[in-house]
Amino acid sequence: MQSLLFTLRKQWQYHVLLIPAVVLIFIFNYIPLYGLIIAFQRYNPSMGFQSPWVGLDNFTRVFSQPNFVQTIWNTLFIAGFQIIGGIIVPVVFSLLLNEVRKVSAKRVFQTIIYLPYFLSWVILAGVMIDILSREGIMNTFLSLFNIGPISFLGDPKTFRWTMIVSEIWKSFGFGTVIFLAALTSIDPGLYESAIVDGAKRWKQTWYITIPSIMPIIVLMTILSLGNLLNAGFDQIYNLYSPIVYSTGDIIDTYVYRLGIQQAQYSVGTAVGMFKALIAAFMILTSYYLADRFAGYRVL
Amino acid sequence: MVNYRSPARTAFVVFNTIFLSLTAIACIIPFIHLLAISFSGSSAVAAGKVVFWPVDLTTVSYEFAFRGGKFLPALWVSIWRVLLGVIVNLALIVITAYPLSKNKDKVFGRNIYMMYFVVTIIINGGLIPTYILVTKMGLLNSIWALILPGALPIFSMIIVMNFMRGLPEEIEQAAMIDGAGVFDTLFRVMLPLLTPALATVGLFSVVSHWNDWFSGLIYMQDSKNYPLQTYLHTLIIDFEEVIRMAQGDTAKILAYMNVRTGRAAQLFLATIPVLLVYPFIQKYFTTGLVLGSVKG
Repeated sequence: MQSLLFTLRKQWQYHVLLIPAVVLIFIFNYIPLYGLIIAFQRYNPSMGFQSPWVGLDNFTRVFSQPNFVQTIWNTLFIAGFQIIGGIIVPVVFSLLLNEVRKVSAKRVFQTIIYLPYFLSWVILAGVMIDILSREGIMNTFLSLFNIGPISFLGDPKTFRWTMIVSEIWKSFGFGTVIFLAALTSIDPGLYESAIVDGAKRWKQTWYITIPSIMPIIVLMTILSLGNLLNAGFDQIYNLYSPIVYSTGDIIDTYVYRLGIQQAQYSVGTAVGMFKALIAAFMILTSYYLADRFAGYRVL
Repeated sequence: MVNYRSPARTAFVVFNTIFLSLTAIACIIPFIHLLAISFSGSSAVAAGKVVFWPVDLTTVSYEFAFRGGKFLPALWVSIWRVLLGVIVNLALIVITAYPLSKNKDKVFGRNIYMMYFVVTIIINGGLIPTYILVTKMGLLNSIWALILPGALPIFSMIIVMNFMRGLPEEIEQAAMIDGAGVFDTLFRVMLPLLTPALATVGLFSVVSHWNDWFSGLIYMQDSKNYPLQTYLHTLIIDFEEVIRMAQGDTAKILAYMNVRTGRAAQLFLATIPVLLVYPFIQKYFTTGLVLGSVKG
């Protein structure tokens, strides 16, 4: 005890530096955890946390609603394809881009394709609503081939694919840059000896390039598993409408409509908590797998 | 590499170049189209005549943005929010990352502090409890509601912490021997060395504060406090309403402008800051890449 006090006295400045962050994180990240109890209450703003307890009522109520079960399936469907496409498309583009010899061309291409990654979904949704509308440039273009008009945002069958493709469009540039960085760090000696052995281009790609970037592909795949319940609130909330709820409503949009817009705090919190528990489990699993198979640690 | 080129290789190179060029065009076409619409007359747009070049060139949609609408007030909220937000982010990142860059012999409980911060990535109260908290603190309609809940971006803090660990220890030791205390060492000796790392995480902060629309939507009850992206969100949901609410000589404006041109102009204006900033991010992109690349 004596020695602990002595240590703290010697290094008090470091602890003082940590105070602001510790306090802020406590207020905005730890105190809301206490607020989770309203998932087991019938929350009434005037009574606050003294609202009546209802056990698991909120959970059973929401799970008995068929449209909520549908949102879970929608979330998994959209997020699943976004994750798969979000790996495959950047890998293919980084391989193709790696074949470009001119450094300046490479850089221009990279800069262009990852512009959408830095724009908000509000802006991109505004752009998409314009170009994908009935009179929009996309349907005008398709009509040249006698296709359409397609209702990209207003048809439940098409809507989720529009969400999947546009999310991949937004973020594939970012993934491409990551994989390209991995590609450029491959030891050129490997290729030289392959050439000496008479290996053609595609054989070099198959036996050297792809195995070399496999660890980072595995890593990115595993890390994205934590997002299996995140189908992209920002994207969908800015683009959906009641017509496409049947395929486009996801857990996060459901929580927002129920919890904030209709002020059903307790039910909203219950759904959010259900999602957070599964997400926490998946994130921990994915970090464990990343450590196990790709030797990756966050800390 | 051998300079020999088989016909197959040549065919591949040609195909590859064309394919990549088409992709790049596909990424940028929507924005060029948007720009063309924003400078076009409403009747030309409605007739579907505008593709990549303005028809009936006019700046009326931009004039509307700057005079009639709520665009300018929202822009000021956003600029103020980005400035304040980035300063708060960077200050907290620096003072937090420094003690955490030491090992637990130097800073008692360092690993416990670290856990305390990192756990919040996975475990948090979620949307509604946080919303109730911010409401109860009386922060609704205050700019601090947009800044304080995310005041310490954990991933950025880890990037800066790792950067500090990469700096040679002798620098700090020399400062300590010269009699500098912890604060002097941090603010006088370390801070100037942190510029590249702070530039990286600072740019990320700029972009994330600029792009955030959701906190504005839930924490600002009065739409005159909306930051730009939140205002744009209401715009893409219902632009007719915005035009109806506008003051000034709307009759003249409406003769040349419609929903599509007006929306295009304001969306394009909001992309300009990102266009200016993002090429610089690329330079630092690979620094904290794997850490920073986790979505969400």
